[in-house]
Amino acid sequence: MKYKAFLIKYAEIGVKGKNRYLFEDALVKQINHRLKGIDGKFLVTKESGRIYAAAEEEFDYDEAVEALSCVFGIAGICPLVQLEDMDYEALKAGAVKYIGEAYPDRNFSFKVVARRADKQYPVSSDQINRDVGEAILNAYPETRVDVHNPDVLLRVEVRHQINLFSETIPGLGGMPTGTAGKAMLLLSGGIDSPVAGFLTAKRGVTLEAVYFHAPPYTSERAKKKVIDLAGQVAAYAGPIRLHIVNFTDIQLYIYDECPHDELTIIMRRYMMRIAECIAAETGCLALITGESIGQVASQTLQSLAVTNEVCKLPVIRPLIAFDKQDIVDWSLKIGTYETSVLPYEDCCTIFVAKHPVTKPVLRRIENSEAKLAEKIEALVEAAVAGREIVRC
Amino acid sequence: METEKREVYFDNSATTRVFDSVRDVMVQAMTADYGNTSSRHTMGVEAEQYVKDAREEIAKSLRVKEKEIIFTSGGTESNNLALIGTALANRRNGNHLITTCIEHASIYNTMAFLEEQGFRVTYLPVDENGLVQMEALAQAVCADTILVSVMYVNNEIGAVEPVEEIAKLIKQKNPKTYFHVDAIQAYGKYVIRPKRQGIDLLSVSGHKIHGPKGVGFLYADEKVRIRPILFGGGQQKGMRSGTENVPGCAGLGMAVKEMYHEHEKKTDLLYGLKERLEAGLGGLDGVTIHGPGGRDSAPQIVSAGFEGVRAEVLLHALEERGIYVSSGSACSSNHPGVSGTLKGIGVKESLLDSTLRFSFGMFNTPEDVDYCLAQLRELLPVLRKYRRA
Repeated sequence: MKYKAFLIKYAEIGVKGKNRYLFEDALVKQINHRLKGIDGKFLVTKESGRIYAAAEEEFDYDEAVEALSCVFGIAGICPLVQLEDMDYEALKAGAVKYIGEAYPDRNFSFKVVARRADKQYPVSSDQINRDVGEAILNAYPETRVDVHNPDVLLRVEVRHQINLFSETIPGLGGMPTGTAGKAMLLLSGGIDSPVAGFLTAKRGVTLEAVYFHAPPYTSERAKKKVIDLAGQVAAYAGPIRLHIVNFTDIQLYIYDECPHDELTIIMRRYMMRIAECIAAETGCLALITGESIGQVASQTLQSLAVTNEVCKLPVIRPLIAFDKQDIVDWSLKIGTYETSVLPYEDCCTIFVAKHPVTKPVLRRIENSEAKLAEKIEALVEAAVAGREIVRC
Repeated sequence: METEKREVYFDNSATTRVFDSVRDVMVQAMTADYGNTSSRHTMGVEAEQYVKDAREEIAKSLRVKEKEIIFTSGGTESNNLALIGTALANRRNGNHLITTCIEHASIYNTMAFLEEQGFRVTYLPVDENGLVQMEALAQAVCADTILVSVMYVNNEIGAVEPVEEIAKLIKQKNPKTYFHVDAIQAYGKYVIRPKRQGIDLLSVSGHKIHGPKGVGFLYADEKVRIRPILFGGGQQKGMRSGTENVPGCAGLGMAVKEMYHEHEKKTDLLYGLKERLEAGLGGLDGVTIHGPGGRDSAPQIVSAGFEGVRAEVLLHALEERGIYVSSGSACSSNHPGVSGTLKGIGVKESLLDSTLRFSFGMFNTPEDVDYCLAQLRELLPVLRKYRRA
């Protein structure tokens, strides 16, 4: 079967009101952007609740489907045959040819479902169903009709051209990138944070990211790994600006002044503060983390509450109720897993205590942080100002 | 004390910068004389001359015949060819192979492959200096033994194996057994005479001796029966098919010429650096030098354990100051029952993850060593203060 076009179905955009066109335009833009990267030229158009991507030259089918499968906002991708000839006999012949080519193994049941957007068309939808069905049965006597549970559901759409399709390849769902504002992802080299970024971006959110680097305790390779992960998320979410913050001096200062079983929680509070600083500078409306209840000491509800206390922006935690295996499954699906499991140490683990506090008390943590008063502000300022920015 | 920042490359056992003369001859072979040695025309003949010259240079350095040199893609291929090629060609003489527990992965994993093919492999233990235990070797060699493979210089601690004694012992036990020496860390540092030392096969890599990456050679005594492991156009008398890597061979030949020119001066320079570093390290608290050290081990390698500091962190801290070294991996081998060199020589548990390897090359100077020592003096107390709580 040689398809020349795709019908792209979107889900939630359909229920939008007056601003619906904004979402549609964003989706068209994303589809265009994605198809530009593959062989062949495509014309992407929107038309009463539908988006079409029609190939204007030779293209690779699998590559095109793959590209469209990475676009947020697409519910389903239907490979499409379009008939320019509106003549009824041509319609029937076209449907027979389509079935013949798309399903060379004739042993299946089918059902025809016609719809007329163009009510001027001389034949009713019901009549089309019956006539096309008959034509297919005549051409391929081994097939049979099953209106309740067909193997093949052939859709015939009469518009200003005739669309034939019978397959729907599921898309990623979500909302088109660029329709929901911008948020700052706290990205590490682990499994969780890239997935958290992906899931948030899937709702149309544009991403910025911040990574805390602690040389010489973390290596150049660990940093490279995070840059790679940001790039892998960017393959879905669009370009990501990654802010790389040197965190070593802050970490060592905390180590010098505070109880060691509180190191991780205090460190995380400073990471949130710094992320919020950069978020403010870059117009981000929220922070995103990969936290999940109870996964580690710093992610008990008590710890999350104490960490959250320093943030004014909303903190999006898409994985909060996920089991680890579910997160792993997502990371395998989006292709970040292999990079995430490379064994380079993160700054979160380098000084981790044998028994870190799991039920921190805010007042006590604040008392410990008071010991940092002398230098911490200057250190945070220097870290923010000295950050390196990489476009991924 | 503020010292001016330098770039100090002390990872020459990982790889080296090529000599300028090596670069020059390679550029020549890539841009002017870029023919295929198999072509009938002048371009082919000229390209062939580079390979011939290199072969001659190498043969001369070992006092062996030119036809006993097979160019390969490097140390790994040389080791693969030596082990697989000999094992397969001599199967009818037996199915037993012997190696040691401190070899490089390209020996282990090849041995593991041969075990899958039905060969039996014995892994010999080493003593606290990393030297093969001769009694164990004497016991292991039997009528069935086709090949013994031992490294000349250990890549992690620089231990130098007594290859001549090993050769004698093997031949005494079974004159038919071949002796392969992985000389990747030894060639260029030592004068090697395979014929006199009883070495039948010898692996060498180009990029450890200021030559290019992607080229090396296997010396195989003409009497050794060996089967090729790569098949194709029948180059190098069918022993190693594939268009000859002309620039690689030319570069390797040049590196060999350079390394063995005023050779003693060169080893003296390396030993000078080594002794300087060892003396300096001796004056620091909590530093242990692994292996015998000094002139009793290889001139280019110093392996040292730093109590209370993680090797990875110290490595990156040195890197920030322009010094590049390796962490002496506690267990570089994944082979079951084989423990890696440091464990093999009985380094204590607390130092396994705290060991760095400093390795010298011809571009290093005494000032590099002094700079490195000065940085270590500053870094160690700081790094020891901040540890996992």
